[in-house]
Amino acid sequence: MKTRRIDNYGKINRDKILSFRWDKKNYKGFEGDTLASALLANNIGIVGRSFKYHRPRGIFSSGVEESGALVTIGSKDRRDPNVRATTQELYNGLEASGQNAFPNVNFDLAGINNYLGRFFAAGFYYKTFMGIPPLEWGKGTAIWMFFEKFIRKAAGMGSASGLPDPDTYEHAHDFCDLIVVGSGPAGVAAAIEAAEKKLDVILVEQDSLIGGNQLAENDFDNSQIKNQLENLGIKIMTRTTAFGLYDNCVVGLLERVTDHISAPNVNIPRQRFWTIRAKHIIVGAGAIERHIAFNNNDIPGVMTVNASKHYLNRYGVLTGKRIVIATNNDSVYETANQLSEAGANVTVLDSRTNLEIETNKSFEIRKGYVPYNINGSKKIDSLDISKSETINKSETINCDQVLLSGGWSPAVHLLSHRGVKPKWDYNNACFLPNDTKENITIVGSSRGLWNKNDCIASGIAGTTDALNRLGLSKTNYFFPKPGGWKNPIQPLYEVKYKKSRSKSFVDYQHDVTTDDVRLAHREGFISVEHLKRYTTLGMANDQGKMGNIIGLSLMAELLNKEIPEVGTTVFRPPYTPVSIGALSGRNVGKHFRPLRVTPMHQWNIDHGAKMIEVGLYQRPWYYPKENETLSDSYIREASTVRKTVGICDVTSLGKIAIQGPGSTEFLNRIYSNGFSKLQVGKARYGIMLRDDGIVMDDGTSWRLAENEYFMTTSTGEAAKVMSWLEELLQTRWTDLNVNVTSVSEQWAGVSVAGPKSREVLNNCLDDSLVITNNNLPFMGVTSTFLKGNIPCRIARISFSGELAFEVYVKSDFANTMMDLLWENAKKYNGCLYGLEALGALRVEKGHVTAAELDGRVTIDDAGLSKMASTKKSYIGSAMRKRGVLKNNDREILVGFFPTNLKETFNAGTIVCEKNNIKGQGIGRITSVTYSPELGHWIGLGFVKGGLDKWKDTNLVGADPVRNKQMNLKVVSPHMIDPKGERMYA
Amino acid sequence: MIRINCPYCGERDHSEFSYGGDATINYPSLDASEKDWTEAIFFRKNIKGFQFETWHHSNGCRMWLVVERSTVTHEIKSVKPCHPDLQKVVENNK
Ligand SMILES: [Zn+2]
Repeated sequence: MKTRRIDNYGKINRDKILSFRWDKKNYKGFEGDTLASALLANNIGIVGRSFKYHRPRGIFSSGVEESGALVTIGSKDRRDPNVRATTQELYNGLEASGQNAFPNVNFDLAGINNYLGRFFAAGFYYKTFMGIPPLEWGKGTAIWMFFEKFIRKAAGMGSASGLPDPDTYEHAHDFCDLIVVGSGPAGVAAAIEAAEKKLDVILVEQDSLIGGNQLAENDFDNSQIKNQLENLGIKIMTRTTAFGLYDNCVVGLLERVTDHISAPNVNIPRQRFWTIRAKHIIVGAGAIERHIAFNNNDIPGVMTVNASKHYLNRYGVLTGKRIVIATNNDSVYETANQLSEAGANVTVLDSRTNLEIETNKSFEIRKGYVPYNINGSKKIDSLDISKSETINKSETINCDQVLLSGGWSPAVHLLSHRGVKPKWDYNNACFLPNDTKENITIVGSSRGLWNKNDCIASGIAGTTDALNRLGLSKTNYFFPKPGGWKNPIQPLYEVKYKKSRSKSFVDYQHDVTTDDVRLAHREGFISVEHLKRYTTLGMANDQGKMGNIIGLSLMAELLNKEIPEVGTTVFRPPYTPVSIGALSGRNVGKHFRPLRVTPMHQWNIDHGAKMIEVGLYQRPWYYPKENETLSDSYIREASTVRKTVGICDVTSLGKIAIQGPGSTEFLNRIYSNGFSKLQVGKARYGIMLRDDGIVMDDGTSWRLAENEYFMTTSTGEAAKVMSWLEELLQTRWTDLNVNVTSVSEQWAGVSVAGPKSREVLNNCLDDSLVITNNNLPFMGVTSTFLKGNIPCRIARISFSGELAFEVYVKSDFANTMMDLLWENAKKYNGCLYGLEALGALRVEKGHVTAAELDGRVTIDDAGLSKMASTKKSYIGSAMRKRGVLKNNDREILVGFFPTNLKETFNAGTIVCEKNNIKGQGIGRITSVTYSPELGHWIGLGFVKGGLDKWKDTNLVGADPVRNKQMNLKVVSPHMIDPKGERMYA
Repeated sequence: MIRINCPYCGERDHSEFSYGGDATINYPSLDASEKDWTEAIFFRKNIKGFQFETWHHSNGCRMWLVVERSTVTHEIKSVKPCHPDLQKVVENNK
């Protein structure tokens, strides 16, 4: 195989040879190569198979717009599919392979699809699988579901590894005055001007080198520019793509840190996802050369003209020997000169007839000629050309390469992210970015400037604009006018060729042809947004950077409109693909979300706790002895609490300090029950409603002093309640003198429950008289000291239904408190109990938690009507009996027993009437447990009409998910000790 | 990313804040009628352009703020504390 590398060209380092593998064969390239340039140098033309038709595909470009050379890099867990070979830097040992082909890209069995083209035309999936009338009418979806997996495998590109990603990614943040996107002549001029005016500047370049399209010039050397930028203190970020612009001058960057290194240091991330907050953004993102649609314009060997210039001058690769350049504009002639100087036989077809151009005369210019058909399949054999677009008299040129330039599209993508619609420029046949009121300025060829000097001038003007807008100067400036070619461009998007089975590609990556666009139009898809979705034009990962304008022009022609009347689709971030790994950064695995632990977390584990996640909290679930299962353990724990005493970590409850002269009034307004008469030294259970009358949360508030309360909330609603209290005080009741402070982290809490709890607690106190039945009755509150002079707060509160206390100490004393309590509890054969036992105890008592208070339940639904004061107004009091909330068929809290007490059931079971088991039934079971006290399974839940309506009726519990059904009976939710005799003991 | 200039903390990412809602509602007194409350909590204008809305600096100073923001462009014209007394303090310290 002969090399296409030529001497004396390119900026690659020929002293540093790199080995790489392509489709399981070994090749060599040089330092400074991209995978694409190395493949071209090794004369590899076919690098993949196309999306639908499995046609051989080559390399179309030299940059991010690439829509043909999508390859898979790496193997096993580092396999990275759909990587553009044109932007993948070569490194020693790089492994790459072609995609969408079996057995390989040179011989692909699915190439037969090319001959079945009519089955793969626009809308193929919709038409074929969404119902084939009349036989399959209405069954289309089922057919689609059956065929989908085969079709998805046949169409589509590379596949992901399916293995955990071994690499790390980072999120990083920075600030600056000015961020400049693109390091072409305009961006560099803007950055230098800004740095000289003392702005703090970041310059972002997606390439590994700065220079932009100047890197395609044979005499370009960026080392001096780099020094100058660095000396001015400009932060240069290469291999970094500005993938999106967001509100308030926030820019998203993806920095590829190690994608070009063969054996990266494991301590550095593969990619960094940057969020840059700037005061002004200058976009000099360049312009992208378009191709031209004509038959077989996808045969390997077709490329943009500018790409070939890049390969020659940057990589020393002459991409063809007999080259035909087809153009409608002046930008190609410098390239034509250089290609012919480098030894290629060049012919230029220029669609324009009147044209003045200076060349080195080493090649022929065919004025007024256009290409209309390429002969060949895996490589180009020859090109059919014709005078004018109407193909009357044609001839054939033997060639091995066809270079195309259908004009240039300024990269308006980043402006599109900001909702700025581009405007069509007839003179330059392209969309130009519109101005925006935001602090964003466009410079260089992104403004449609084709000359370097204009680009530089626009960069300086751009920075002046930025300084003016930032209020740092008031200097007049002007931008050069778009354009800069000597001869005007002549719009040329498609050359028609009326032969059956012809394929002129608009979108290479998604295999969208000009016929697809026409078909879509015939079928009524006349809006560009519909066209895009029906044909999938521009929906591949290149977002139609090369082909979109061609598609629009075809649509305009069909609609008899101008391109600007047809409009354009909106580009959305990202400009180029961003890996999921970079988006998630370090927020993976254990770092996916914060972990909250209580101050006695380690103590709990040391004492045998199995933990469970509740929201962000780790809470003790159960404390198994030796061979106990969860079920053995919680039943033992719950029984022990009822028999003697148990200790449970309740620190995760929200805790709020409420202080100030307005505190009592405040609580009286936010709780549905009265708080105005709560005495100092007493606590009260309270329910908070939302404005709309639905229950928000429940908890207790303890009156510690005249103007000081200690509030507890549920674990799950703690943050919400805190925000809610702050909102009320800062927005609605600004005259109330109240201060609220979250003290959830400051206090460690424990529940000591069971008939022996007072005795245990007494043994732990400095002064045991403090908590006698008289001194501390039910709902009494006291502040005292645990042994060792540890200050504590104690309230006689019961969630379990037993005699019980909640004890709080400062978090620092959590372990001491646990040691003390546990030492004494053991003397009474007590236990440590976890959330599962806590749940069992509260279900037996009919106490509600988040499972019941799910944001749909009123105070009456929860059977807590007594908690709704009739003597005062409070948040939600006006709304709690509105409309549907007062219907008498609402679901009311009840208890459930299985009719056959040996049966079990699960939370989520739907409660139905016998012989009417369907839909949502008449209720649901929300919490279940085995009741050690009753000796069978019990549940809490809701049923329409409540206990009164269904008391002696046999209902059915339907559990379709678990394929289970059982008979149920409805009981009072207070399943044990309904009078509360134990609590008051 | 919207950047909100908190009067206490300076300019911060919107991810530090939680959105509240319409800042122009005059909540009726607690003993007002169901009709007044329905009006206050269910009926909202769907403004295209600038509107006053509350944001809570929940991962910052915990203050509730009135933000004047365009629903079209996200441009923010002003940020003030919700509490009128605090508004005065901030105003006087300018
Ligand atoms: Zn703040």
